[in-house]
Parts: sequence; C-alpha cells; structure tokens
Amino acid sequence: MVCDTCRERDAIVHLTQIVESAVSQIHLCEQCAAARGIETTVGAPKHPLGDFLDAVQQQAVQLPGDAARCSSCGTSLRDFRASGRLGCAHCYGAFEQSLRELLRRVHGSTRHEGWRYETGDPDVMVREVTLLELRERLQRAVDGEAFEEAAGLRDQIRGME
Amino acid sequence: MTLDLSLLPDGGLQWLIGSGEHSGIVLSSRIRLARNLAGFAFPTRAREGERLRVLQHLRDAAPRVPTLHGAAFVRVDECLPQERMVLFERHLVSRELAGLDRGSEAPSAGAIFVTGEAGLMVNEEDHLRLQVFRSGFDVPGALRLAETMDREIGAALPYAWHREFGFLTACPTNTGTGLRASVLIHLPGLVLTQEIGKVLQGLQHMGLTYRGLYGEGSDVLGNFFQVSNQTTLGRSEDDLADQLVRVVRRVIEREEEARKVLARDAGYIIEDKLWRAYGTLRHARNLPADEAMNLLSGLRLAAGLNLVSGLSVYTLNKLLIFSQSAHLSQAAGRALTDSEANLARARYVRQVLANEARLPG
Repeated sequence: MVCDTCRERDAIVHLTQIVESAVSQIHLCEQCAAARGIETTVGAPKHPLGDFLDAVQQQAVQLPGDAARCSSCGTSLRDFRASGRLGCAHCYGAFEQSLRELLRRVHGSTRHEGWRYETGDPDVMVREVTLLELRERLQRAVDGEAFEEAAGLRDQIRGME
Repeated sequence: MTLDLSLLPDGGLQWLIGSGEHSGIVLSSRIRLARNLAGFAFPTRAREGERLRVLQHLRDAAPRVPTLHGAAFVRVDECLPQERMVLFERHLVSRELAGLDRGSEAPSAGAIFVTGEAGLMVNEEDHLRLQVFRSGFDVPGALRLAETMDREIGAALPYAWHREFGFLTACPTNTGTGLRASVLIHLPGLVLTQEIGKVLQGLQHMGLTYRGLYGEGSDVLGNFFQVSNQTTLGRSEDDLADQLVRVVRRVIEREEEARKVLARDAGYIIEDKLWRAYGTLRHARNLPADEAMNLLSGLRLAAGLNLVSGLSVYTLNKLLIFSQSAHLSQAAGRALTDSEANLARARYVRQVLANEARLPG
C-alpha cells in the first residue's frame, strides 16, 4: 500500500480517525507521518544494547588495546565489541576500566544496590569456586593437548583437595 | 525426543487463569533474574562439555531447591523444532533457547525446569534465567517467589558475584540485579484514541521500555505490549519493581479513561468494529495468525466493555496461546503448513466461541 500523501513510499502508518462519528482511514509513510507530527511508535523498539554498543564503539576509539584478552576464558575486548557479550566472570576484572565506564553510561551507576549474595563461610566458598575453575581449566588444557599446563593444574587441584 | 505437554505442571501456563488484579488489561506479570555459576565460562563462550557440566550441576542441585520440587525437566536441545516452538509460544523458553535465531538449531545442553508459576532456563545467554509468571497485575507476588527461588539456588550452587557490580551476566545490560520485571498489557483504548505514542514516550522517560508480545525484537501485534525496566544496576530489585508498578498503574488508569471516551464519543462505531471482529472470529473458515491476533484484541476489548458476555479472561488468554501455529500443529499431531494452520486456527476459534461466548440480543 502506498502513502496517501506522497504516493511514492510504502505506507507504514495506518490511522483510523473518528471525527464527529465519521470514520476515515489514512495511510502514511514514515516521512509524511513525521511531517504531520504523528509519532511512529509501533516500529521496532529501540534496544538498550544499541546505545550500549555505540558506547563500546566510541570507547574503542578512545582506548586502543582492544586486543587485550581475559586470561581465564580468552575473550578479547574486540570479541566483546563484536558480540556484546562477555566470556566469563573474570572478564569483568580483565576489562574493568572499560566496563566501569560502560556500566555508568548504560545504567547511570556502577554500584549494585540490590540483594547481597552471601552464602555460608566465604573462605569455603572461594575454595570451592577456585577448585571448579581449576577443573574447568584442566579440562580445557587436556582438550587442547597442552599437557604440561594440564600437569601443573592437576598438581594444584590435588594440593587443594 | 517427544515432548509430553501433559507432564508440565498446569502446562507451565498457570497465569492463563486470569485471577489477578486488572487481569482483563494486564495478562501477566513476570520476573526474570539472570544468573551465572562461578567457575564456568558463560554459555556463549563455553564449549559443549562445559555447558553439559553446568546442566549436570543444576540437575544435581534441583532436589535442594524447594521451589523446583515437582518441576518438569525438558532438554530443549533434544526437542523437535515444532516442540521448541510450542514452548516458545508459551513463553517458557526464549527465542534464543528455542534456537529460533539460528535456523532450527537449538543451543547445546539448553534445558528448562517448569512448575506452574516458576521456571528456570539453563544455558541461555546466561547459565540461568529464573522466571516467575503471575496472572494479572501482581509484580510484587512474582518478585517474592523469584527471590525465594534465587536464594535457594544460590545456596545450592555458587553464583558469579562481584562486590561492586553485583550479579555478573554475559551482557552488561543485565549486570547488577539481573532483573527484568515486566507486564504484558493490552492497550487497545490508547491505540484507538491515538494516545499511545505519548504513553510509550512517557514510559521511556520513566526508565521503562516496551516490546511486543514475544519480547526482544518482536513486533507489537494486537495492541499487546510488554513493558519492563530498562536498567538493572544502581537500584534495588524492590525499587525497580515499584517503579514499574507505579507507572503501569497510571497506564491502566489512562487505558480505562480511553475506553470510557470511546464508549461515550464513538459508541456505535466501536461497537460495530468489535461485533465485526466477533463475527469474523465466530464464522471465518480461514484465519491467518496476524489477523487472528488483531481480531482477538478486538474481542478482548468487547469483553472489557461488556459487549460480549460469557467470555472469561481465561478463555481470552487461552485463545491467544492455543491459536498459535505450533500449538495447532501439536494438536493436529503433525506439522501443518501455513495455509493448513489458517484453517485449523479458524476451526479452533469457532469451536471455543460456540461453546463459551453468550451474546446479548
């Protein structure tokens, strides 16, 4: 369906008007709708990630070094910029400076004000998580046939167990 | 794998009952919490073995999570494409977990736990997505149940957590609380009176955002909007949920005012539109999905204005979910083509209306 005003572009806004009990329909393209001051609100909603990735993009210009990698999962700042996703919890430490700025732009804050996560003895917790991580790294090393690294990790795990 | 929907408690659709406050306008209230387990790469970075180990940890921990007692467990990656679509149409899995963004391939080790009101998606964008649905406008009720489930899972398995940033998520737009509080709301009055633009703009100024019926990237169809918080960090879960409740309460008032204006100033035009919608739904033999959605929106408004009686909110909700293509295929026992689904949809809607709608003279 073409726009009732310009008769060129496709109509994307379909208005039903009721004036003194008479109903009329108008079909407008985005530009002609805007010219009449009609907001085209039913289009694709703006996604927060759009702003976010723009922010990453801008920052990448200011801060070279997007080849920097997270030592735990190997994700680089460049990977993050391409996918919008971090690779693991340690990425937050590896890219802390960049992320802090991004979090501030996206959320207006960097400080979590919600529920605290506290379970049992923090030392036991840290040990459990470290063991989990070492086991995952060991598995990755074995899969990648990095046997020397695997042997080191295995010793570390044994020591902790 | 064959998905037996009868094994899902209440079909995972307890919210359809239409029992909550303002349930004619607000279909459901939902809380989603994004969480990751410490010690594992996030799902998109993790290889298959690691994703499987995350899933195994969850299965081992489930008996220690009382809110998941009696939950059905479904390996989404082992379901047929049509079955995954059914789960998606019920809002039990996201587009991503259903594999709808990547042709017909679902992410490996993707799974869900489903109870009547609560659920858990595993290996989506984050290791865990806790979900709670409540019927009608009941954001605080959903938040309380989500909080309980979160505490139970967090006690059974260590979460990825940072003292300053809070709960760590794959996408920094979810960092902090990991909370998405949303309501699925029907606003035909505001659309017909052309007030909707201002209302949606207002939402954005209040730190909220809106999407279509099926969340991120979905179109607004049938005047159904999903309204949710935009940010997740720097404010508490209760604050974020309260803000949504305050603003949505105002939107409901404006929708009710708009309906009154329509009934007063354009009574017979609106009535005619709604009866035409009812007539088509009651008698059509061929009903495409988008048309059905718009007509069902009209029928919902007709029921809201008391023009059609005998149609419960439950029936209206059920029509929305069960008239979708994958549900019709599931009922037919085979994958229907689009044109077959259009015929099946018309037949299904006719039957429901014949049995359940009573008409004034």
